[in-house]
Amino acid sequence: MTAAASPASTVELAPTVQYVLRLGDDALVLAQRLGEWSAKAPELEEDVALTNIALDLLGQARTLLSYAGRLEDAGRDEDALAFLRDERDWVNVQLVEQPSGDFADTMARQLYFSGYQYELYGRLVDSADETLAAIAAKAVKEVAYHRDHAAQWVIRLGDGTEVSHARMQAGLERMWPYVGELFESDELERGLARQRIAVDSAKLRAPWRQYVDEVIAEATLSITEGLWTAPGGGRRGIHTESFGYLLAEMQHLHRSHPGARW
Amino acid sequence: MSAELTVDEVRELAAAVVDPEIPVLTIEDLGVLRAVKRDTDGRIVVTITPTYSGCPAMDVITADIRGTLAAHGAEDVEVRTVLAPAWTTDWMSDQGKRKLVEYGIAPPGERRHAGGPVLIELAPRCPRCGSGRTRMVSRFGSTACKSIYSCQDCLEPFDHFKAI
Repeated sequence: MTAAASPASTVELAPTVQYVLRLGDDALVLAQRLGEWSAKAPELEEDVALTNIALDLLGQARTLLSYAGRLEDAGRDEDALAFLRDERDWVNVQLVEQPSGDFADTMARQLYFSGYQYELYGRLVDSADETLAAIAAKAVKEVAYHRDHAAQWVIRLGDGTEVSHARMQAGLERMWPYVGELFESDELERGLARQRIAVDSAKLRAPWRQYVDEVIAEATLSITEGLWTAPGGGRRGIHTESFGYLLAEMQHLHRSHPGARW
Repeated sequence: MSAELTVDEVRELAAAVVDPEIPVLTIEDLGVLRAVKRDTDGRIVVTITPTYSGCPAMDVITADIRGTLAAHGAEDVEVRTVLAPAWTTDWMSDQGKRKLVEYGIAPPGERRHAGGPVLIELAPRCPRCGSGRTRMVSRFGSTACKSIYSCQDCLEPFDHFKAI
């Protein structure tokens, strides 16, 4: 498919719309992934925990996508943005779309991503865009709880049995290639950061790394330096193989029955 | 159709709407009701704020406010949801906290200041027997705003309203 065949390619969107979509897409895609654990988590309490976290993220995504739609002013509401965009128009990072794998993989993804969101929202509360600042102030409290939940599990599994240690280590390594993209800022983001609307994500790496290193050390685990880094590109609409399947599952009902409501 | 309601009457009616998940608490007890004011064009606006971003009760609360007011003849009322300032459990009234205990839910304690390293609170007292010997069973509970504890004296499990 050529770019011209895609009517609402995000490349043409105004910077602020694009930026808000990035944050919303991250939250929505991770909410969808975490929802996959519903009725399948290792224990009932975790089933409730992971779906609660998914619900927080879904709430953040709804607010962000609604706001992106209002900013764009082209008649797209949260549902149009969630259900009627094709893969190349999604601008989430690739980390959040990674298959949930086993519980350790999911906890590694949670540690990395909620750690990133915590640093991001903690700074976005000072955004010159009042709506973004308000969304961040609400979300940062929720994300702090998600991050703490992930850290406790990484420590418990890492500093647990031989098997849990090995599997948690494998989880950290499996998700690590997708970490780099979290901290790659582009011109769009830096431009908005200069206007104090956005946060330059390159500046989040150091505080993020400090927190993650502390958790990993307490878990008696390690980050293996020299692991490959995925080429990334999620912010430009480039996604990994499993993402299309995720979208198909998330969107097919709405597309098969346009306007369907609960 | 009755005579047009005053702002104070609308406030009184809206304040009595209960939370669908915790029906002993009104939205005023929770601190979810933020303001009832007349807009510049004369329309009454009821402003509410969610406890959590994804709280599914907000749609029900909005519908209940509209329904209650409509039943009293006030059809042209706007219910507006705002995020700022972000809701905190500090806005829950003391009466609300007492009602929670009577209902079997441990109320939120004092919250740690933002920026603190960990969000773990001191263990809440058992709402049934008052014992302080309680332990957390799950950090997440039946709704986004609660976690699950159990009492080591009376052995009953109970919900705890998380402090945020």
